Amino acid sequence: MSFPWAEHYTPKAPLMKWIDERLPLPRLVHGAIGAGYPVPRNLNYFWNFGVLAGVALVIQIVSGIILGMHFAANELVAFGSVEHIMRDVNAGWMIRYAHANGASFFFIVVYLHIFRGLFYGSYKAPREMVWLLGLVIFLLMMATAFMGYVLPWGQMSYWGAKVITGLFGAIPVVGEPIQTWLLGGFAPGNASLNRFFSLHYLLPFVIAGVIILHIWALHIPGSSNPTGVEVKGPQDTVPFHPYYTAKDGFGLGVFMVLFAALMFFAPNYLGHPDNYIEANPLSTPAHIVPEWYFWPFYAILRAFTFDFFFVPAKLLGVIAMFASILILFFLPWLDTSPVRSGNYRPVFKKFFFFGLLPCVLILGYCGGAPAEEPYVMISQLAAAYYFAHFLIILPAVAYFEKPLPLPNSITESVLNRHAIEGEQRAVPGMGADPQPAE
Amino acid sequence: MATVEHIETETPQAGEGVRRRDFINIAAVSFAGVGAVAVVLPLINQMNPSADVLALASTEVDLSGIQPGQAIKTTFRAQPLFVRHLTPAEIAKADAVDAGSLRDPQTLEDRVVDGKKQWLVTMGVCTHLGCVPLGAGEGENKGEFGGYFCPCHGSSYDTAGRIRKGPAPLNLQVPEYSYTSDTAILVG
Repeated sequence: MSFPWAEHYTPKAPLMKWIDERLPLPRLVHGAIGAGYPVPRNLNYFWNFGVLAGVALVIQIVSGIILGMHFAANELVAFGSVEHIMRDVNAGWMIRYAHANGASFFFIVVYLHIFRGLFYGSYKAPREMVWLLGLVIFLLMMATAFMGYVLPWGQMSYWGAKVITGLFGAIPVVGEPIQTWLLGGFAPGNASLNRFFSLHYLLPFVIAGVIILHIWALHIPGSSNPTGVEVKGPQDTVPFHPYYTAKDGFGLGVFMVLFAALMFFAPNYLGHPDNYIEANPLSTPAHIVPEWYFWPFYAILRAFTFDFFFVPAKLLGVIAMFASILILFFLPWLDTSPVRSGNYRPVFKKFFFFGLLPCVLILGYCGGAPAEEPYVMISQLAAAYYFAHFLIILPAVAYFEKPLPLPNSITESVLNRHAIEGEQRAVPGMGADPQPAE
Repeated sequence: MATVEHIETETPQAGEGVRRRDFINIAAVSFAGVGAVAVVLPLINQMNPSADVLALASTEVDLSGIQPGQAIKTTFRAQPLFVRHLTPAEIAKADAVDAGSLRDPQTLEDRVVDGKKQWLVTMGVCTHLGCVPLGAGEGENKGEFGGYFCPCHGSSYDTAGRIRKGPAPLNLQVPEYSYTSDTAILVG
């Protein structure tokens, strides 16, 4: 994989040599996330979030498997079994809070990971497949998170299940049979709870599989970098281990501090009190909202309050919500600028930081707010901008914008920056392949 | 020997169109395909409502205790059912609207049994995304049209349960029901 100067794997311990000759797994790991993977030397901390997302998935799988040992997926006892975990199971409260807040942190790091890709043009050729697989992971995560939220069988669980499956009911003709088929009844019930548990257990492992494809596709061209200039020679890269394992390790420490702070000191901050009331099919909570990570999409769903020709408002909202994610699949072909990094694209950068970023944050805020004015109108404006950004602004900017001059190489950009900062530090010899510290 | 036979029987016929081997291939793959579909169908169909869920498909409601202006919530197919005793004022209000101007054009007569105009029986399921609208319980917000109000996304229904404002596309669904006596109905 990747560059010809990548360090070859030479097993040192006899046991590793024995294993490597029979199953080259140590070789695979070494080339994928070890010293055998050359990475651009100029990555900043925004490049931490892929590894952090992987760690978040591991946290979810480990805590989830443990919760599965104590949880009962039956509508009569599910709510009680979650309370049993909270009160009776040894350290059960900690494991459940880790799982609930771990989902939020998974989305936090994945959103930062996506925004890194959006700003630095990581979706552009030759990395389109990395981007597309990443979006598949994102969709799988959303499905998994939704089904997991249904399992405690509280009020928000129940009504979330009803509203989200109701989205499919908006499809003409086949919608209602599909909704009934998804739920296994006319309303969420035992059949729904059971199948959501089954799929919620399955999908994380599907995600793990797609992550392997995501990393595989990444390693064909190698990682991008903040300049967006491709690697030209060995002087532009350092081995992943120990350089980026160390940098990612530091980021992981910060991540863990924040995660522990939320989990131990404000474990219900991101939750909804209504979900501590057992599901009641006859009473909808007064203010029903999904978890925060769905708010931008929920705002787009609710932005459509008017019929358009013969298409009813309900169907329009559902189409727009799905389109807001599906449009990202076309991004590599909508943004035709050959320059990757937003740092060298002055017009793109302005639209990114003063257009797209506030737009998504505003949508997120409106998605969590009640369905009344002025939030509905603000959502409509923000949703309109969101689609305009990808469909009109990006292609137009790519066409009209005059990008700044790019550095000739990654090494040149690094050395120039040091020169500008007046740093006198010794620079590793040009062309020398840095060796990992033992 | 097998190799020799293979050459003798296959090579001369190559390029002459359909061979016996093609027929066998297509027949075998088709047969396997039909078999695969036959296996997949029950695997998909198992997710549809099971017999015990379908068995809860009818509900009987006693109307005698519901005073004019009152409404009750009960369940039909595990979903809320609203039974409302309309006051003359509410009936007049519903009749005053030009049905043709509505999003889902229906008159009050279309939505009740003939001669029982005061009894409005609807599902308590918002036609937008399935929340339970408010307005059936005492003191609940009935929305600006005096019927039902869905708190999830702000749909307002009038005194005939018709959609008047908000994202919901249709009037509250009227289930199939019949009067078993003057003061009782059987829904479903």
